[in-house]
Amino acid sequence: MQAIEVESLRKVYGDVVAVDDISFSVESGECLALLGPNGAGKTTTTEILEGFRKADSGSAKVLGVDPAHGGMDWKARLGIVLQADRDLGELTVHEAVHHFAGYFPNPRDPDDVIEAVGLTAKAKARNGKLSGGQRRRLDVALGVIGRPEVLFLDEPTTGFDPAARREFWSLIDQLKSEGTTILLTTHYLEEAEHLADRVAVIAAGRIVACDAPGRIGGRAEGQAIVSWNESGAEHSESSTEPTRLIAELSQRFGGEIPELQVRRPTLEDTYLHLLKAQEEL
Amino acid sequence: MNRTLSIGRSRIILELRQFFRDRESAIFNFMLPMILLVIFGSVFANQDIGFEDITFAQYFLAGMIASGILYTSFQNLAIAIPMERDDSTLKRLAGLPMPKASYFIGKAGMVFVAYVAQVIILLIVGILFFGISLPSTADRWFTFIWVSILGLLSCTLLGIAFSVVPKQGKGASAIVAPIVLVLQFTSGVFFVFTNLPTWMQNFASFFPLKWLTQTMRYVFLPDGAEVIEASGEWQLGLSALVLTAWTVGGLALALLLFRWSPRGEK
Repeated sequence: MQAIEVESLRKVYGDVVAVDDISFSVESGECLALLGPNGAGKTTTTEILEGFRKADSGSAKVLGVDPAHGGMDWKARLGIVLQADRDLGELTVHEAVHHFAGYFPNPRDPDDVIEAVGLTAKAKARNGKLSGGQRRRLDVALGVIGRPEVLFLDEPTTGFDPAARREFWSLIDQLKSEGTTILLTTHYLEEAEHLADRVAVIAAGRIVACDAPGRIGGRAEGQAIVSWNESGAEHSESSTEPTRLIAELSQRFGGEIPELQVRRPTLEDTYLHLLKAQEEL
Repeated sequence: MNRTLSIGRSRIILELRQFFRDRESAIFNFMLPMILLVIFGSVFANQDIGFEDITFAQYFLAGMIASGILYTSFQNLAIAIPMERDDSTLKRLAGLPMPKASYFIGKAGMVFVAYVAQVIILLIVGILFFGISLPSTADRWFTFIWVSILGLLSCTLLGIAFSVVPKQGKGASAIVAPIVLVLQFTSGVFFVFTNLPTWMQNFASFFPLKWLTQTMRYVFLPDGAEVIEASGEWQLGLSALVLTAWTVGGLALALLLFRWSPRGEK
């Protein structure tokens, strides 16, 4: 079943085309990451799906419902993690999470959610006094409190330190294992690679590529770079048959190859390549 | 309907927590009338208002309670809602399965509770420090109740409608506070109304505060004190009429103007 279906979506602000013919779908239980530079149309697309904005043309369906006409029952099945960090400042973590549970018919246990996002020690702290990372974790708690079937994560880990990001990922992994459908926008390619089943690269309001993170942009078929150290100098060679090259090298060295490395293009390499190719069009 | 009310009730509690914990709001909307009562009541302790031995503090208390209506409803909401529009509070709510009416129930409930608490403290301060006497007849208490309700209703709706005027949450108080101040100066809150120039009295007659203040004087001043009113009468019927008109107008404006998203966004 498709949890999210987007067909030829278009949105124009004045004479700026924010979203120009975007189509994609997200299967139930899948995590799709939207990647793209600032202003590419990620947030506009997400906000149309969340019901905050209306598309000019095209169609969108979330859980089978047009977001522009989603009612209370539909909203109860969504979780939205906003890029907000100033609201609810006078309340404590405990108060905010317990209050938000009251909007949903079948919420998770608020204290469990506070525990899951790692804020138990801060439960009595005012939200306005939380660090940036803690504040984002509160937003995630508020996004998942209603046991959503579809979760929207808009740049959830901006400003996290690496350890906090890892913790956040394991939280999202847990939601995924429970079958939550996730639409993620992020600037961190490592994050998309870790969390997403598929990534869609958006540039100038269009999707330029959409595939599994390991295959996007021909990553799986591309040349591998084999590098090693030979008599004190670094050598490297691109090859479509890295295994054969390594076997040859191994024979030459009579076993171990000094400082051997085999590298596929990273998601970042591929992403930047895709954007560059798009710009040159 | 039940859900709208139960969520509305939990929003009232949330709104009150935010109202009292935010230092600016607690001082500016809640504490100010007490502070002003102490200052003006002390400075003008011996001023004669022209009827028997009524002190300025007693006259001023009526104005402060009337101002309290304006502070807790109009000033509070016209500043807080633009801030909520700016800091994504309203956006967050729009994405929740929350009946829209619950939001307004939360606001109205907060205003009501804050006003009642404010009146109680004002009366205690007035009785303890300025020898103010409570309304003496059932009639006066009844008037106190209806004028409070009509005043809170009209000024709450006007505050919700006015929340579209400030472009940003940050500058909202700079726009709203002067309006409230001008109304207070022209409506007989800080000075005896009849000492004001006629044009100023006429100007104030278009707005709710003059009528709230005058009716509160009926509640807190003794029989016969209407001789110091501009018309020589309490004009309770006219007051009810003006406040009802502002309530209806405020409702129409709020329905017409209120918006959830910031300007430039739809």
